[in-house]
Amino acid sequence: MENIRTTKGAIRPPQPPGPLKWVRDNLFNNWYNTLLTVVLVPTVLFVLVQSILWVFTKADWRPIIENPMLFAVGQYPRDQLWRVAIGLSGIMFLMGASWGKWGGLLRTISLSFAIVFAFLALLPVQLETLDTDLRIYLGSTVLLIFIGAWLGRLKAVKKAYILIGWAIMPIISIIFLIGFEGVEKIPEVSTTFWGGLLVTFLLSAGGILASFPIGLALALGRRSSLPVVKGFSIAFIETVRGVPLVTILFMFSIILVLLLPADSSLDRLFRAWMAVTFFSAAYTAENIRGGLQAVPIGQIEAAKAVGMNAFQTMLFIVMPQALRAVLPTIVGQFISLFKDTTLVVIVGINDLLGIGRSVINMEPAFLQLDLEVYMFIAAVYWVFSYFMSRASARLETTMGTRTTL
Amino acid sequence: MAKNKADIIISCTDVNKWFDDFHALKGINMEIKRGEVIVIFGPSGSGKSTFIRTLNRLEEHQKGTIIIDGVELGHDVRNIEKIRMETGMVFQQFNLFPHLTVLQNITMAPKWVRKWSSEKAEKVAMELLERVGIPEQAYKFPGQLSGGQQQRVAIARALAMQPTIMLFDEPTSALDPEMIKEVLDVMIQLAKSGMTMIVVTHEMGFARAVADRMFFFDEGQIVESGSPTDIFKRPKQDRTKLFLSQILQH
Ligand SMILES: Nc1ncnc2c1ncn2[C@@H]1O[C@H](COP(=O)(O)OP(=O)(O)O)[C@@H](O)[C@H]1O
Ligand SMILES: [Mg+2]
Repeated sequence: MENIRTTKGAIRPPQPPGPLKWVRDNLFNNWYNTLLTVVLVPTVLFVLVQSILWVFTKADWRPIIENPMLFAVGQYPRDQLWRVAIGLSGIMFLMGASWGKWGGLLRTISLSFAIVFAFLALLPVQLETLDTDLRIYLGSTVLLIFIGAWLGRLKAVKKAYILIGWAIMPIISIIFLIGFEGVEKIPEVSTTFWGGLLVTFLLSAGGILASFPIGLALALGRRSSLPVVKGFSIAFIETVRGVPLVTILFMFSIILVLLLPADSSLDRLFRAWMAVTFFSAAYTAENIRGGLQAVPIGQIEAAKAVGMNAFQTMLFIVMPQALRAVLPTIVGQFISLFKDTTLVVIVGINDLLGIGRSVINMEPAFLQLDLEVYMFIAAVYWVFSYFMSRASARLETTMGTRTTL
Repeated sequence: MAKNKADIIISCTDVNKWFDDFHALKGINMEIKRGEVIVIFGPSGSGKSTFIRTLNRLEEHQKGTIIIDGVELGHDVRNIEKIRMETGMVFQQFNLFPHLTVLQNITMAPKWVRKWSSEKAEKVAMELLERVGIPEQAYKFPGQLSGGQQQRVAIARALAMQPTIMLFDEPTSALDPEMIKEVLDVMIQLAKSGMTMIVVTHEMGFARAVADRMFFFDEGQIVESGSPTDIFKRPKQDRTKLFLSQILQH
């Protein structure tokens, strides 16, 4: 109290700019900005209000509310849904464990999933499609995320365990989703029944995971001193990059079948996944190559001088620095891959967009509701892309201190 | 390998090096005894870096022979690896690994090349950091250290492989003046411990204090060599006199 009294009458420090000052400086600082403000502000407000009104009053969300499972997994047999559920829970559990171990961004991602699941589980609206069983499942998955986080924090749970989990979990899940011919409990489910978000995720996450090692190999191959390896790498990279994804999808889904012997059958989804993977690998390779070139020659010399061989130098010194330098670019590339997977509709695969189109055609009443369906799909894509780009930005800042020399 | 102090550890005979058709080293002859401290100096572009880098095969020489502790440097990869394990190098630009902590910078090669356990590598690394005077920086990243500290880490990194020879290529040229002394002190201490050292430098105080012999390089050749007293008091060649007068003015 006394301090305040003593400072009374002293010269006041300059006041931080108030909102009014900001408005004056930024919106009305000269005549054309004033004009722009006067025209644009009402327009933006009008559009915003109308959109919100549309979302909550005019729009008819029945196509989505009545078919949530269709959007989630496509035609995957309803009596086998527990297989998808277990796969999802497994991944969520690992996500939680990773949050416990590494924190940071994984915390945000885990919590976001937990919040969405909890929200759906507790939604105070009676929905036929959101029955008690589903709510219980969603609730227990939230619990699993937190149990995972608690376990991940334990010292006894080594980082290696979680990484191994990430390496084998996707493979086990996919085998589990496919099932086995003739086994009663988990019969085979043809991928023609798979669809929706499940397929979008499988294609993009699977494509991202598989394309990374291939891209890495191609990037190193392009720098190889063996002419055959180098030639192949360059030919692959440049051919794929010279062609749009649609073409590659068509090649894999049509031409590949013509080339293979008649009795061999390659799964349609698998072919699409290969196309996406190869497409992405070529871009990953070029990005990684850029990173490799950015590592100063002095780093390699220093590694050699302490006696490290070429392999150790690449693995411990060059690669980590190269990958760090290009990580944001690669994340950006993966975001576009995620969105580009919508192209698989063209070769007859029902990803999220494909399901959306079939839902519109499902009932005559839904034909008028295409705007709602596309809006919903756009929102889903936007949310995931937004999270990925936030992730990349965050990685950039946390790594900043280490990359500066 | 109990050898007496007089035996030859580095022997260069008629070493020649070309960059395409540019003749960078023109017949260098040099014999260095175990425990000797050699200072190489000379104008920029005279081939000092090129020469010192041929000694651990960062540059390849095309003619002549280089024998290091009985092993001849040639195309044999095993010989190159052997010699690189036995020579440590300190660069003008430090070349620390920016993605690794100070401790990891030092333990990397002992762990993967010498196959030491982590415990042993870390113990040795901490002793070395103690010796160069910065044990408290062990868990920082190179980017968080001053230039002088970084160069001392680089010296510790080279010493961790327990080399018998240390090569220094202008270790203080990239440093701010106030940091030069902390690095030179570490090098002087190392020289007094009996390490065989080849140092490219223009720090004549260092040369006076610890050099056994000095070599003046110009245009890819050794113009003159001798003890620091010979070089500073009675230089024979005009080029040496001129160069010394130029650098000693500062
Ligand atoms: N990689 C290289 N390619 C071509 N010329 C080089 C290369 N490295 C050095 N040189 C040339 O060799 C000469 C000697 O260089 P260097 O040994 O670095 O000199 P110093 O260290 O004495 O300043 C210089 O003329 C330099 O331009
Ligand atoms: Mg030089």
